[in-house]
This record gives sequence, structure tokens and C-alpha cells, in this order.
Amino acid sequence: MKKIISCTINGVKQELYLDTRKTLLKMLREDLELMGVHLGCGGGDCGACTVLLNGEPVTSCLVLAADCEGSEITTVEGVQQDDKLHPLQQSMVEKGGIQCGFCTPGMVMNSLALLRENPQPTESEVRHALSGNLCRCTGYAKIVEAVMDVKNLDRITG
Amino acid sequence: MKEFSAVGKRIPKTDAPDKVTGRATYGQDFKLPGMLHGAIRYSDHAHARILNIDTSKAEALEGVKCVVTADDVPETRFGFYKDNMPLKKDVVRSHRDEIAGVVAVNEMIARQAVKLIKIEYEILPAVFNVADAMAENAPLIQPNRDSNHLITNTYNHGDVEQGEAESDVVVEVTCKLPYVNHASMETCVIVAKFDHSQNLTLWSTTQIPFLLQKDLGAALGMSPKNIRILQPTIGGAFGRELDIYPYHPIAAIMAKKAQVPVRLCFSREEEFRAGPQRQPVEVTIRAGAKNNGDLTFRDVSMTLDVGAYVSWGSTTPMVMMETTASFYRVPHVRFKADCVYTNNLITGAMRGYGNPQSSFYVESAMDMLAEKLGMDPIQFRIQNANQPNTITEQGLKITSCGLEDCLKALAERAETKLEPAAQPHLKRGRGVGGTLNVGGGARIYRSDGCGATVKVDDFGHVSLITGSTEIGQGSETVLAQMVAEILSVPVDDVRVINSDTDVKMWDVGVHASRTTFIAGNAACLAAKEALGQIFETASELLGASPDSLKAENGQIIAPDGKSVSLSKVVRSRHFRSGGQMVFGQAFYDPPTELVDKDSYHGNISPAYGFGMQMADVEVDTETGQVRVLKLICAKDIGRAINPMAVEGQIEGGAQMGLGYALSEEVVIKEGKVMNPNFVDYRLFTSADMPEIENIMIESNDPEGPFGAKGIGEMGSSCVAAAVTNAIYDAVGVRLTQPPMTPERVLAALDTKAAG
Repeated sequence: MKKIISCTINGVKQELYLDTRKTLLKMLREDLELMGVHLGCGGGDCGACTVLLNGEPVTSCLVLAADCEGSEITTVEGVQQDDKLHPLQQSMVEKGGIQCGFCTPGMVMNSLALLRENPQPTESEVRHALSGNLCRCTGYAKIVEAVMDVKNLDRITG
Repeated sequence: MKEFSAVGKRIPKTDAPDKVTGRATYGQDFKLPGMLHGAIRYSDHAHARILNIDTSKAEALEGVKCVVTADDVPETRFGFYKDNMPLKKDVVRSHRDEIAGVVAVNEMIARQAVKLIKIEYEILPAVFNVADAMAENAPLIQPNRDSNHLITNTYNHGDVEQGEAESDVVVEVTCKLPYVNHASMETCVIVAKFDHSQNLTLWSTTQIPFLLQKDLGAALGMSPKNIRILQPTIGGAFGRELDIYPYHPIAAIMAKKAQVPVRLCFSREEEFRAGPQRQPVEVTIRAGAKNNGDLTFRDVSMTLDVGAYVSWGSTTPMVMMETTASFYRVPHVRFKADCVYTNNLITGAMRGYGNPQSSFYVESAMDMLAEKLGMDPIQFRIQNANQPNTITEQGLKITSCGLEDCLKALAERAETKLEPAAQPHLKRGRGVGGTLNVGGGARIYRSDGCGATVKVDDFGHVSLITGSTEIGQGSETVLAQMVAEILSVPVDDVRVINSDTDVKMWDVGVHASRTTFIAGNAACLAAKEALGQIFETASELLGASPDSLKAENGQIIAPDGKSVSLSKVVRSRHFRSGGQMVFGQAFYDPPTELVDKDSYHGNISPAYGFGMQMADVEVDTETGQVRVLKLICAKDIGRAINPMAVEGQIEGGAQMGLGYALSEEVVIKEGKVMNPNFVDYRLFTSADMPEIENIMIESNDPEGPFGAKGIGEMGSSCVAAAVTNAIYDAVGVRLTQPPMTPERVLAALDTKAAG
């Protein structure tokens, strides 16, 4: 069965005609070619596909696109400001929080949600907030440092 | 010493901005016009005869383009022992065996369709452990062999009996090391396309593009010269794709039959079920020492279950042999490893190769000896440490060696005693473990080389075309730093081209901590050649001899202070009658040798890296839970070309090593993976990780580029050893089977309590 879904993605209104079984992840990757939404497990276990759904982080592989009618969705492609990296993204780059980079978009989206909710997180709060986002390359140290550094510089604008 | 402008700096990865904005194109993102999607049908049994394959229902499903089986291809065999084939025809030998594939308009339909393929089997008796596989009348897994025994690797130096006779203390321990999975965040993916002339192009997450050309040629019955391999951004690998696996040729078979490009992408479950695993080992080590603390002997024997088809797992004894024979100074060593076929999983290469295994048993025995001698474990190791500019009995030429410095750094940290735990049922302990790792490749092929071209264009932009492969570790950035240093240009002006077998020169692949060292030396040689050409032309322009010139910030400067820009030099050399371009080329093959095929003596690496780690743990004696409080990592890295990248390798290695120590195990039951997902196979998360302290020992290797040695593998290798020694220190029980889960810790505590 197919259905028309209307939602706002990275600030742009979209109307899509979709199979009702399609996940939000597949809609974003296949229909809108937002390839920064990464498929790491398909079961909500790794966090690589994390996007913001009405401001809340969700693993998009577990959300049905049809349930997103009227929603606002932000992916990693919608995080940067004009042509500049968001301060969080800049911090991730500068602190070495990125190696293979496959987990990075999910890390960015979850960190962004954390910082909007709690601009002054402790290290422990960052570590727990990101514990649903797996990384096999970095050992998380530099990712956590990057998120803490955004806090310290108080550069959150978005 | 000269102050460097690019080398030694904490430069962010050059690809990081694209990765942090979602712009990087990974294998999973890759699309071609008209591309269809494939899925593989695996065996339903661990060992069975295939009686019939009925594909009619799959073919009839709407959206299916075609189905492929072994009937679609000439019968080919590949692998070290030519024991594997792309699609299995008569017999399946493990649950991961590929029988058929479906090509469809999307992945969902392809996966639906493979379930509709009806296969009739005659179930055959199967074996799932070494003992059963070696039993008399055991079912034969590979038909062309006399038994399931694959190979025995033996090594000797000195006389173990004499060594034991000279020993004042002797210890023995048997360890069992598990299957673990690479668990790269991106799964394996491949896109295959044939052109009208039957040339095959693959976009692949491989780590060995040039070897894959050759192996795929054999698997497909076509010439490797008609195979071109391109590598998109790779989302981690860790040794996973160091070999050809059946899905590579299957993608090509699908593309050939479908006559359109076909994409094949593993699900996470397939990654666990069909991908290779770290080699499991059952090993007994017997070791001795004199009362004065000198080591006397090591006697090691082990069995390895290599599964139904041979891949790199079967060669891990070579690495374990190296640790056994050459890590610390041991006068008498005997080593024996038996590799055996079973109906289990394929075992492959994985970061550290056999080192996490050998570090575990060697360092367990070291602590047991230290305890019997009443010596401090760190001082005991210092006394027996390898030294610079020595040759081990096995023939390893150890040049730079910072092992003693690593140990001394840990001894200094150990002066700060552990605070006792807050509650009486929590016990704290401290342990160390170390590793000897090749620091610049390992000669396992006749060539361990890498080619490089450095080209400078009319605008002063530099391209490094390197044979090496980026898998996320940061080689592009580190290589760009070295070239930028030599040419004295900003790192941003150097672009690294490394993703096309038609463009880049040969490289053996990304493994054995070799890229910084081998590809780095190749890049430096090529850059120096290019710089020579630049100086040649600049000397005409500046009226000074080439030898007197220096490069600085994109300028070529004469002794009298006159200067000319790099780009102007290139244009002057280019745009003239009989003009020339600036390009340097090099192929660096290190001064090493293959080991002797019988004695296994030989110097396989141009440098050796040493690492020690110290773990502080807290054991909950009521629940068995082990919490690592702190991990201090002291590593001899030669020189840090990029300290931030070095730390990243060590910290990431720690995550993998802690999983090996405490949480990760691919559980198999009768050949089938029981936990193929991240809920049941537990990686360390950000909340689980302890504090990590990095200590970099810069031993300045004489052969390494700018003194550097490889660091990619060391971080993961000795964590489990340090943790098991720390658990012993905390609660007095020696855990011999990672992962050291609460159940295993409690069982060991119960056994101890029972006396």
C-alpha cells in the first residue's frame, strides 16, 4: 500500500508517495538521497541512522515514514549553518572525533539534541547520552572531548 | 633537530569535514544508473549434500530480474588451498555457505526472493570442534584431503628440555580465546558492473585491491587485467576484507547475468554470519624462569579451528609464533600449532592478527612466573625486555626498541597506589600486558611494497597517488603531512589519490600496521624526486646551484635570499620547448625477507613496535562484574607523524581490546551464529569506556619515514592480558577464557572458594 506523506526535512517541505512499510531511514536515503543517514544495523542498536524527529533523536531505521506525517525532520545534512560547519561539527573535526566517519552523523545528531537540552553537560552525561551510538574506531574519547569542548566555548547557536 | 612544519602536528583528518556533514560517499551510498540489488541464499545446514535447487518461485516474484546458482558459472576454486568456490554446487560445508543469489529491483524484494528458493538437502554428519574433527572416522569436510587436519606449524630455538632443567620456577596455563567480529560500523558492500567488452569494474570496501584483482580473476575464470577495482569511502574494516570472500565473485556473477550493475550489501546479521571472524585458539603455554628473574624457556602448543574454508585465520600462528619466540628474551622456545577444518565459521585477519591471542597467554604466564619468583611484574619484564639493535633467535632484527621505556613509564605510574574500593565486596587490582607487533608491514608475499607518484601541477597543487588504502585510520592525512613536509607546502595543498587500481601503483594492502611506514616511505621518496626536479629548474631561475636551494612555505629560496614560487617553477619547467612536468615516482619495498618455510626464521618486518598497557580494575565479587577504571597505554611508536591520529588508533584499539577482554564473543552453536546483532554481541559504548592515558615513546626508527613506526594494531592487542592480570591482582583468580564475563568471573570465584 502506498500513501502520500508530507513533512519538513531540513527546513524544506516535502510531499512523498511512499510504500507504508518504508522506514524513515529508507525514505531519507532512497527518496531524498540524504546519504548522511547511515545504515549500520537496521535494528536500532548502533545509532548510525540517528536523526531529529520534531527535535528528538530517533533511530530512523525503527521509525515508519508513514508515521512522520506533519513532522519536522533534521538530518546531518541540515546541521551546518550556511556554508560553515556548525560549532559541534567544527569541534568534532578539530578534536579528532572522526576516523572512518560512519558513526559520525548519528553522533552529531544525538550530541546536538543533548546540547540543546543541556548546554552544560558533564562528561558522564555526554557519555551516557551517546551510549546508544556505537563507534568502532575512536574509543569515543575524542568524540566526548569534542562535545565537551562545544560546551566550554559556549558556541552553540543552533 | 629541524623544526617540522607538517610532521608531528595534530592536523585534523583531511576527510573529516565531508564526513561530519554527511557528504562523504561510502560504498553503501554508491549508485549507478540502472543498478539493481542482490541478495544471497545461504545454507540451512552445517554439512549437507544439495539434492535439488528450485528457483522457480523466486524467479516468479515481481521485481526479480534473475537468479544465479553454481550452474551459471564455470566451476572455479579460490583461496589459499583452493578449497572455496563462489556458489556451492554439490555440498555445503557450513551455515555460511552461499548457494544462490537473486537480483531484483530493490534489496527488500531480493531478500524476499532468496527465501523462496527451495533447496532439498541430504544432511551429512558435521563436526564443530577440533577434537571431533580429528577423531577417527570423522566426516571429511574437504573431499580432496586425507583428513580434516590442515597444517602443523612448528618452530624451535634452543632446547626446551634444557631450559626447563635450568628453571627454578615453572608455570603452565591453558587458555581459550574466542571468536570475535570486526564489527565495522559499515557492513561489507560491493557494486559490480560489466562493460560491453566484458571488462569488470568493482566498487568495493576491500583492503587489498590488487590482490583482489588476482583472486577474483581465479574465482571468475577471467583475466585480472580485465578487472578494475575502485574504493569509495570505507566505513571501517580492521582486517575484515583482507581476503577474497565468496560475495565478491557472486556480485560479479550477478552483474554478468543481469547485464546491469548490481549492488550487494551485507545486513548486520550477514556480517556476523557470513563474514570472517577473529581466529579462536585453544593454547597451553608452559614457561620457566630462574630465581634471578631470567626467563629460561617457553613451550607452546595450540589448536585452531579454521572453519570449513581456509582464509587468513590459518596464518595467525605465524604471528603467535613471533610473540612466543621473540617477545622478551627467551633462550629456549618450542611452538606447535595445528590448524583443523570443521563445519564452523570462516576465520580471517583482524587487527592485531594473532597478537591479542598470544599476548594473552604469554603475559598470563609472565605474571604467573613473577608471582612465583616474588618479583614485581613490571621489574620482571624490564629485566627480560627486548633491547635496541639486537637480533632475536628467530631472526627478527630489532632496531629501534622502546619496550624498556614503556615499562619504566608504567612503573612510574604504578608508584601511585590504587585507592581501595568503597565497599568490601568490590575489590581492586592492577595488571600489565604487552605486545610485540610488526611496525612496518610483514613480508608474507614476495613483495611487501607500495608505489607512489607525487605530481605538482602548474598551480602549485600537489597530488600524491598512492597504492595504499584508506579505511578510516587516517592514512590520507598522515601521507599528505609527509609529502607537505618534504615539499614545504601546506598540508591542504596535497590531495591523496588512492582509490583506483587503474591509476595507482601496486600495494599489497592495508594490514600489518604498514601504511604509515611503507606507503609513507614510498611517498617520501617520490616527493624527494619531485623536489629534485623543482630545484633543478629553480636553480636556472635563481642562478644558484640546486644543492644550495631550500623550499619554504611554497617558495624556493636561494642562499642570497632571492626566491621564486613553487608554481612558477613548475610552469617554467612545463611551458617551454622540450618542457617537462614535475612528477616523482617511487616503489618502496622494505629490506625484509620471507621466513624460511620450514624453520620460520627470518626478518619479516623492517621495524618492530612495542606496547605495554596497565589496567586498573574493580571486581564486584557479588555479581562478577569487572569494571575497568583506567587504562594506561605506553607505546613505542617511533615518531608520531600526527599525535592526534596516534591517540585515535590507541584509544580505538582500547575499545576493541576491552570488548575482547570483557564483553565480545560470537557465540556459535552447531556452526550457527546465535548472536548476530549488537544487542547480543556487546561492543563497549561511550559509557563503558574507562579513562585512557596515552604515553607515546618516540624511539625514532632508522628506517621509518621521519622515524615513524606503525601503530594501527598495537592498541587492541594487549588489553585483555592486562585486564586478566589485573583481575588476578584484585581477587586472586586467573581467568583464562575471554571474554571475562560476570558468569565466568563468578564461576572462577566459586571454584576458588570451594578450594
